[in-house]
Amino acid sequence: MRIYATFVYLFLYIPIGVIALFSFNAGRHASQFQGFSVQWYGKALANPFVMDALQTSLVVAFVSALCASVFGTMAAVALQGIRGPVRAAFDLLIYVAVMVPGIVIGIATLIGLVTIFGQLNPILAALWPGAAPPQLAMGYGSLIAAHTLFTMALVIIIIRARLAGMDRALTEASSDLYATPMGTFRQVTLPLIFPAILAGFLLSFTFSFDDFIIAFFVAGSETTLPIYVFSSIRRGVTPEINAIGTMVLAASLILLVTAQVLLRTGRRRG
Amino acid sequence: MTQRGRNLLLLAPAGAWFLVMLVIPLAVVIIFSFGERGPAGGYVPAFTLEQYANLPARWAAFKNTLMLAPAGTLASLLIAYPLAYYLAVRADPRWKTVLLVLVIVPFWTSILIRSYAWIFLLGGRGIPALLDLIGIDNVRLINTPFAVLIGIVYGYLPLMVFPIFVNLDRLDKRLLEASADLGASPWRTFLQVTLPMSLPGIATGCLLVFILLMGEFLIPAILGGGKVFFVGNALVDLFLQSRNWAFGSAVAATLVLLMLVSVTAYMRLIRRLGAQREDVALM
Repeated sequence: MRIYATFVYLFLYIPIGVIALFSFNAGRHASQFQGFSVQWYGKALANPFVMDALQTSLVVAFVSALCASVFGTMAAVALQGIRGPVRAAFDLLIYVAVMVPGIVIGIATLIGLVTIFGQLNPILAALWPGAAPPQLAMGYGSLIAAHTLFTMALVIIIIRARLAGMDRALTEASSDLYATPMGTFRQVTLPLIFPAILAGFLLSFTFSFDDFIIAFFVAGSETTLPIYVFSSIRRGVTPEINAIGTMVLAASLILLVTAQVLLRTGRRRG
Repeated sequence: MTQRGRNLLLLAPAGAWFLVMLVIPLAVVIIFSFGERGPAGGYVPAFTLEQYANLPARWAAFKNTLMLAPAGTLASLLIAYPLAYYLAVRADPRWKTVLLVLVIVPFWTSILIRSYAWIFLLGGRGIPALLDLIGIDNVRLINTPFAVLIGIVYGYLPLMVFPIFVNLDRLDKRLLEASADLGASPWRTFLQVTLPMSLPGIATGCLLVFILLMGEFLIPAILGGGKVFFVGNALVDLFLQSRNWAFGSAVAATLVLLMLVSVTAYMRLIRRLGAQREDVALM
C-alpha cells in the first residue's frame, strides 16, 4: 500500500519537479541539463510580451476577485434572510454557474456580449455629442465581467457555508441589545465571516489568474498570461516557459496556502 | 426600509451580474443554435433545425468525448481509490493531513502548466528516450489517446481522491474489526463492507471528474496534438477559427444537453444502487 502511495506521489510531483528543474537549466536545449542558471527567469521577466500579459492577468484577477467578494458576500448575507422564489432562483443560478462547463460559459459570454454590444453601439453613436463615439468591445471589461461571474458563485457558496456554521444566538443577542441591523452586521457578522471573505478573495484571484478557457473566448485583443503560455507552447517547449510556469505554480501555491490558513483560523474562532 | 427591501437591494448586483453574464448569454446560445451562418461568419436570424441536422459532421469530437470522458473517469477512479484508502485507513494519523494536502494542492494550480509538463515527459526525449535505453524503441506517446488519458488522470486525480477519502475517513472502523472478528478475510471485508460503504464517495468523485471532462479543451489540445480532439476543441475551432456561430451554438447546446442527460441517468443509477444496498443491509 505504502509503495503504491509513493508511486502516486511521484506521479503527481515528478512533472512539476521536471519543469522547475529545467527552468534553472543553463543550456538552451530543453532536454539536457547543462548546469544551474537563473538566466531564463531574467529573460522571462525582461520579455515585454510576458510582462504585458502578466499585468493584464494581475489587473483582471484583482478587480474580478474584488467584485466577486463584495457582491458575493452581499448576496450570501441577503440570501440568509430570504425565502421563496427569489431564493430558489438564486440557488438555481449558482448551480448553473458552477455546473455548465467553462468552455460553454466562455462561448456564451462571447456571443452574448457581442450581440449586446452590437445593439448598444449604434445607440451610443447616436447619443454621443462628439465625432468619435466610444465603441463597446471585448477586452478588459469582458474579462473582468466573465471572471467575476464564476468566482462570485464560488464566493457565495463559501460565505453561505460559513454563515450556516455561525451561532445564530450571537446576532439575536446583538439585536436584543438594540443594535441596528447594520451595527450587528459590522460588529458581529462581518468579523466572524471576514476570514471566509478573504479566503474567497484569494481563491477567486487564483481561479481568475489561472483561467485559460474563458479568457480565450472573451479576451478580445488582450492577452492574459495563460493565453500567452498556451500560444507559446504551440511553438515548442522552451526554458523560458518553464521559468514562467514555475513562477506561476509557486505564486498559486502561496495564495492557496494563505487561503487555507485563513479558512481554518476562521473556523476555529467561530 | 423593510428587512426584505434591504435584502433585495443587497442581492441586486449579484442578480444583475447573473442576468447579463449568464442568463442572457445562455439564452443567446440557444437562439443562435436555431439560426443560420452569415456569409462572412457570425450569425443570421432564422428558425431552422439545419444546425442540429448537421451535428454528425462533428461526430468524431462527440465520439472521442463520450469515450474518453468515461474512460478517463474510470482510470482516475482505479488509481485514486487505493490511495484514498491508504490515506484514510492505513496512513499514520500524524501525517494524514499533510499527505492529503499534498494530493490536493496540484489541483488548485494551473492545469495549463501541469499539462504542459507532460509534453516534456511524453515527448521524444522524455519517456520514449528512456524506453529506448532499455531496448524498447520507436515508442510514440505524445499526440496519442494514451497521452490524453495520462493528462486527464494527472489533472483530475486530486478531485477523485478527495471525496473518496472523506467518505472512507468517516467510516466507522469498528465495522471492519467486527467483520474480521466474524471470520471474514481482509479481502472479503473490503468487498462486503468497505467498498459498498464508500460508494457515495466514489459517486461524487466520478461525477465531478466526468462533468469537467465533458467540457475539456486544454488536455486534448496540448497532449492530443490535434489528433485526439474533444467537443471542446471543436467548439474553439467553430467559434474562433471558422466563426460559424450558429452551428457552434448547436454543438454547445448539445454538449450541455448530453451532460445533463448523462448526469441525471448517473444519479438515478447511484440512487438505485444505494437502495439495493439498504435492502441487503436489512436482510
